[in-house]
Amino acid sequence: MATVGYSKKVMEHFMNPHNVGVIENPDGYGKVGNPVCGDVMEIFIKVKEDIITDIKFRTFGCGSAIATSSMVTDLAKGKHIDEAVKITRGDVANELDGLPAQKMHCSNLAADALHEAIKDYKNKKQKK
Amino acid sequence: MTRIYLDHASSMPIDLRVYEFAKPFLTSSHGNPSTLHSVGLEARRAVEESRSKIAQLIHAENENTILFTSGATEANNLAVKGTALRNISQGKTVVASAIEHMSVLNPMKDLQKNGYTFTTLPVDASGIVDLKKLESILSKQTILTSIMYANNEIGTIEPIQEISTLVHETGLYLHVDAVAAAGRIPIDVQKDGIDLLTLSSNDLYGPPGAGALYVKPGVKLQSIMLGGGQERGLRSGTENVFAIAGMGEAARIAHHEMQQESTRLIPIRDRLIKEILTIDQSYLTGHPTHRLPHHASFRFSYIEGESILLNMDMYDIQVSTGSACSSKTLEPSHVLLAIGLKHEEAHGSMVLTLGRSTTMEDVPIVSKATNETVQRLRKLSPMSQEWRT
Repeated sequence: MATVGYSKKVMEHFMNPHNVGVIENPDGYGKVGNPVCGDVMEIFIKVKEDIITDIKFRTFGCGSAIATSSMVTDLAKGKHIDEAVKITRGDVANELDGLPAQKMHCSNLAADALHEAIKDYKNKKQKK
Repeated sequence: MTRIYLDHASSMPIDLRVYEFAKPFLTSSHGNPSTLHSVGLEARRAVEESRSKIAQLIHAENENTILFTSGATEANNLAVKGTALRNISQGKTVVASAIEHMSVLNPMKDLQKNGYTFTTLPVDASGIVDLKKLESILSKQTILTSIMYANNEIGTIEPIQEISTLVHETGLYLHVDAVAAAGRIPIDVQKDGIDLLTLSSNDLYGPPGAGALYVKPGVKLQSIMLGGGQERGLRSGTENVFAIAGMGEAARIAHHEMQQESTRLIPIRDRLIKEILTIDQSYLTGHPTHRLPHHASFRFSYIEGESILLNMDMYDIQVSTGSACSSKTLEPSHVLLAIGLKHEEAHGSMVLTLGRSTTMEDVPIVSKATNETVQRLRKLSPMSQEWRT
């Protein structure tokens, strides 16, 4: 049978998303998406010795946009940046027990936002 | 938590009186109306009786003006293509308002691919069609103009009589999609000057699977569904007698109870609008007064409609949205864009359509849930408070 609606896990993360908010003076910041398309995600990271010690997000978007943001922050938290940068859209979608086909781009955005934040952290580090 | 269903524009429960009335046409009086034995004749009588009840609802000249279809989408397709193909000798121009249903716009686009000229008519910020523009684009070649009686997404009621006068001064036929309006506000096809009018059974609390097209006597139409020649050759296919009989009974009940029901719903609608508009940066979409009695539609800045829908469902309140994310095309509602909303504004829409189950007691529950939903989603949203690196 074809999947109907969102998985239970997506709805859990949508209703009670983890790691919501802003980190003041983050070590890395990534923002992707476009309000015109209906999805904007931003991720803030705090990094200590290349380990993501804290991570927060804010998202404007649909149910899966919020759930994938929450999931990607869970997956990245406590990871070394070299590990976190390997997190893919597929990982995010799998951890959420799948996403409807037309919503896969949301998981893409979540992974992209994380990668942008890591890139920002690396750039800042180089400048130091 | 009791369910509060506020998505009557999407689908409606069948009225139990209608269900009881129509049930025998699935079980005992199940005949094919084209056959001459007694079981077939029972079905035929039900179809003809339904025709007559529907004619009364819209004050048609007689029952033979009513053609049954499988639903409103087919009726709209038949109205558009059936008139365009049949009247090609008079012209090849068709016109529709920018806020018509896709089952009007897409057949017109299809005609355009086949050499017809298709012009869309803009609407103002409240969704009323631009009459000056209509007057300027109409020509002798305009064989069909299609304007809905009222819009399903923003609730705006169009000035059909004025539109009819303009259309008939220059062009040929006026088609009116009355799916959202029928059974909610009085419709008089003769007084309103309508040539073709679309109705849906389910939107009258009838069974899904039936629709009707009113065709004024003398209007030239050709069939787009060919076969055994049912419905005077204009719509082949064995009649869905259960749905048709139910649609007629639903139309009869709507005709009797419409005024009473509107009088009951309008204060509930107005209270709901008033309560919800106390939310910061919330706006009514559609016309504030020329509005369907059961319709309340909004947009909220900084948040997205599918999230609103899912969050409201957690309160067991079912709503609708014109957001892109909830659509199959991932495009925001063409109606919301046509009334001049930006994409990011159109994403944050919520549509409430009330029905017979809605009561004044629902208002505080729905407004509280809406307020909590909007506040929660705004807290998650980077749009409400810009963060700068």
